Amino acid sequence: MFTELPILSLLIWGPILGGIWVLYAGDRQEETVKTLALMISVVTFLLSILLYKNFDITTHEMQFVEFSYWIETFNINYYLGIDGIAMPLIILTTFMTVLVILAAWEVIEKRISQYLAAFLIMEGLMNGVFSSVDAILFYVFWEAMLIPMFLIIGIWGGPKRVYATIKFFLYTFLGSVFMLVAFLYLYSQSGTFNILELHNLSLDLGAQKLIFIAFFLAFAVKIPMWPVHTWLPDAHVEAPTGGSVILAAIMLKLGGYGFLRFSLPITPDASMYFDSAMIVLSLIAIVYIGFVALVQQDMKKLIAYSSISHMGFATLGFFVGFSIYAATGSTEGAVFALEGGMIQMVSHGFISGALFLCVGVMYERVHSREIKDYGGVVNTMPHFAAFMMLFAMANSGLPGTSGFVGEFVVILSSYQANFWIAFLAALTLILGAAYTLWMYKRVIFGDVANDNIAELKDINSREAFILSMLAIAVLIFGVYPGPLFDAMHPTLEHLFEHIMQSKVGL
Amino acid sequence: MLTITETMTCAPEIFMLTMASLILVVDTFSNDPSRKLTYTLSQLTLILTAVLVIQLSPEQTVYAFGNSYINDGMATVLKTGVFTIGFFAFLYSHEHLKEHGWLKGEYFVLGLFAILGEMILISAYSLLTVYLGLELLSLSLYAMVAMHKKSTAASEAAMKYFVLGAMASGMLLYGMSMIYGVTGSLELATIATNIESDASNILLVFGLVFILVGIAFKLGAVPFHMWVPDVYQGSPTCVTLFIASAPKLAAFAMAIRLLVDGLHPLVSDWQGMLVILSLLSMALGNIVAISQTNIKRMLAYSAIAHIGFLLLGLLSGTPSGYAGSMFYVITYALMSMGAFAMVILLGRKDFEADKLEHFKGLAERSPWFAFIMLILMFSMAGVPPFLGFWAKWFVLKELVDAGFVWLAAAAVFFSIIGAYYYIRVIKLMYFDKADSMTALKASKQMRFALSINGLALLILGLMPGALLAICISVMTTAT
Repeated sequence: MFTELPILSLLIWGPILGGIWVLYAGDRQEETVKTLALMISVVTFLLSILLYKNFDITTHEMQFVEFSYWIETFNINYYLGIDGIAMPLIILTTFMTVLVILAAWEVIEKRISQYLAAFLIMEGLMNGVFSSVDAILFYVFWEAMLIPMFLIIGIWGGPKRVYATIKFFLYTFLGSVFMLVAFLYLYSQSGTFNILELHNLSLDLGAQKLIFIAFFLAFAVKIPMWPVHTWLPDAHVEAPTGGSVILAAIMLKLGGYGFLRFSLPITPDASMYFDSAMIVLSLIAIVYIGFVALVQQDMKKLIAYSSISHMGFATLGFFVGFSIYAATGSTEGAVFALEGGMIQMVSHGFISGALFLCVGVMYERVHSREIKDYGGVVNTMPHFAAFMMLFAMANSGLPGTSGFVGEFVVILSSYQANFWIAFLAALTLILGAAYTLWMYKRVIFGDVANDNIAELKDINSREAFILSMLAIAVLIFGVYPGPLFDAMHPTLEHLFEHIMQSKVGL
Repeated sequence: MLTITETMTCAPEIFMLTMASLILVVDTFSNDPSRKLTYTLSQLTLILTAVLVIQLSPEQTVYAFGNSYINDGMATVLKTGVFTIGFFAFLYSHEHLKEHGWLKGEYFVLGLFAILGEMILISAYSLLTVYLGLELLSLSLYAMVAMHKKSTAASEAAMKYFVLGAMASGMLLYGMSMIYGVTGSLELATIATNIESDASNILLVFGLVFILVGIAFKLGAVPFHMWVPDVYQGSPTCVTLFIASAPKLAAFAMAIRLLVDGLHPLVSDWQGMLVILSLLSMALGNIVAISQTNIKRMLAYSAIAHIGFLLLGLLSGTPSGYAGSMFYVITYALMSMGAFAMVILLGRKDFEADKLEHFKGLAERSPWFAFIMLILMFSMAGVPPFLGFWAKWFVLKELVDAGFVWLAAAAVFFSIIGAYYYIRVIKLMYFDKADSMTALKASKQMRFALSINGLALLILGLMPGALLAICISVMTTAT
């Protein structure tokens, strides 16, 4: 019954128009504005569930396609559609936005309507990024998304927010503009911006390498990979809780999504050429950044570094496939690795979001993010401590949580490529457990550290609701990730078959 | 013999001239300190001339006065742009001059003459008419800059503008004389054919260099940009607004007429020169703008950088590349007009708010105007979905199509540097605390005009198709 609805357009423009409505309502009636924003985000989330319900898991083709001409002179079209890699990320986006809006309830004191509107508008733009099948449409959403995030960090952020937000903006802008040049080059070769047609464009290796590097600049900054990750700790630390959550849970995934949508299929030969470099960078992220996380004094910074380390698994899963194929000669292992990377992205969205929310809960009460200002929180906030325990375990990859599935699959499949890759990647099981649980121990356990901690009140029902939603997600995908695998499998299988065909002299 | 058809080709110009002279006379008899009548008549003139231009726009290119005057699609579009921008500029200026008590009827008369000069320049098709239009435009602008007699800064700016401008005109004339010497003609079309047969003549390249210097000066491209910051800063803001918007359209038209219509056979020569001008402009404009504390000066350097970008489209040497530049110049004029209007708006009586710090906390004082400025700044930085993005996109696309991928990469690199000082303005407005919490006072017209100006950038940014198609169609059929 819902199949005729232009669901993707609704998912994009609904929140954007809703955001404008919230802005227009203004700060005068705070409660109304909050309820309005919450309603909009919940409706959007329910709509995105329809995507899942009606999703055909047997095909790799674009689904829910919408097409209309936009700029006919240059063959730029409003062309939307999703496949198995976009669908889970869209649902992740709408889900996290509901929680972020709920989390803002009593926390944001100034310009609440603008805050909520910024998140709603950003939700629409992110859905746009995930559902664009036209490169220029993609680029417009991709860049426009920076504007609300820039304002969120800059207006509602911490003491060094201005530095952090300008760094964030310039860093990501730097990456993206070269991607634009790459798109323009592809257009001059093919006369189209349709991503699916670009996938089949023949390119010689030299051009592919340059395009790959341009794409790499855009996506590696976003995901972020070592050594272009330095904006992330700053942005995370200074952003308000909601901003950190969206940044970690969704914005980072855009980089991974970009690799799957553009780098691999458009420049497969260059991807193969650069695959060892990508694997090395991923391993550096996993191991080196893991050590960096270990020594952090600031909880948000620690989680930020842990995000970089975990996203290293996603990139490792995306690029290790070539070696797996070379070693085993079967595509199955490589597709499995790709799936592992995708699962890691989705699961990391839940876990990192949850951890940032946990830090937010403590920060509202104590107004400090330093680990040394805490200790013995479990004595005053037992329920909270239980939730955080689960998320900390998930972050360190405990079986039964979603954090385990992605990491395990990637390690397992990279073992087929090379023992040492798998060995280094597996170090994360030690490192991740070390930095997460050590932080948990210092913050939660022990004697009550100071008066602030002694006066803490346990989480209220709103916070408990947010955290339990995430806890359910983490556990469900930890125990039963099957549906996620099923949804992605045809798309990723087709993707890998596609990238194994050389495009040189096609 | 002058025929009716020939006269009709320039009927809008004749109408404009008549009205400007009439307004000059009417104004002498006016005692009204707010110059309502003069202002209304000037605006009416602009509207009527715009209607005339659109009504008389020819389906095919029309030449008149022995091929020294041309009326084509590009002329129609650019002239319409000039009138639209002139209309807004007069509206903003009227408020500004009234507030500061500098209002004189001459401002509007000079403005109309400047616009007349722009019209002639846009339609010029011989070296002589180019020069005629250019001088009419420049002399009016020199006088406008100097209008506020008591300000030393304005006098200095006028002096600088005049001396340097006269020098540039001299250069241009010198170059023209060489071209004339070789080709024996003043008409651009004849020049183009005659050059074909004698393309290796070294004198032609000499002439081209001098002509290019003249064009670069009028556009404000590095290294002929020295006047831009001083004139922008020294002039009363409404005059800066006037100089920074519509004349760029005319200067662009001049570049097209001279380089493309007249000297196209020398394309391989001027292409290289434009590459250097453009790279230098983007580099210097963007880097120096970072260190400015005066917003007018910052916008001046940003103008230099934008001109560098505009030249990229020209140097691609294809009709669609020229269309890209045309789109860019129209977009730029819209953005720069809005930005200077914001500076006008921030000022009060006897106080020009031209420091960057005056923008502090604007988001809390006047959220709506801060939002408009946010649109303007992101648009100038080239962030989608605003119109400024499409302007950059179009030029870059033509550049890549013409094979200059490395130049496109350099251009986007400089635009990242540029993004820094634009977002700094947004930082001041949104992230900093205001010194005072009084909301900006703005008349209804000003509020309305500025809102349209800003929202146009957003709406055209979402739906750029029509404007892009117009630019493409007039440029590809004309040349």
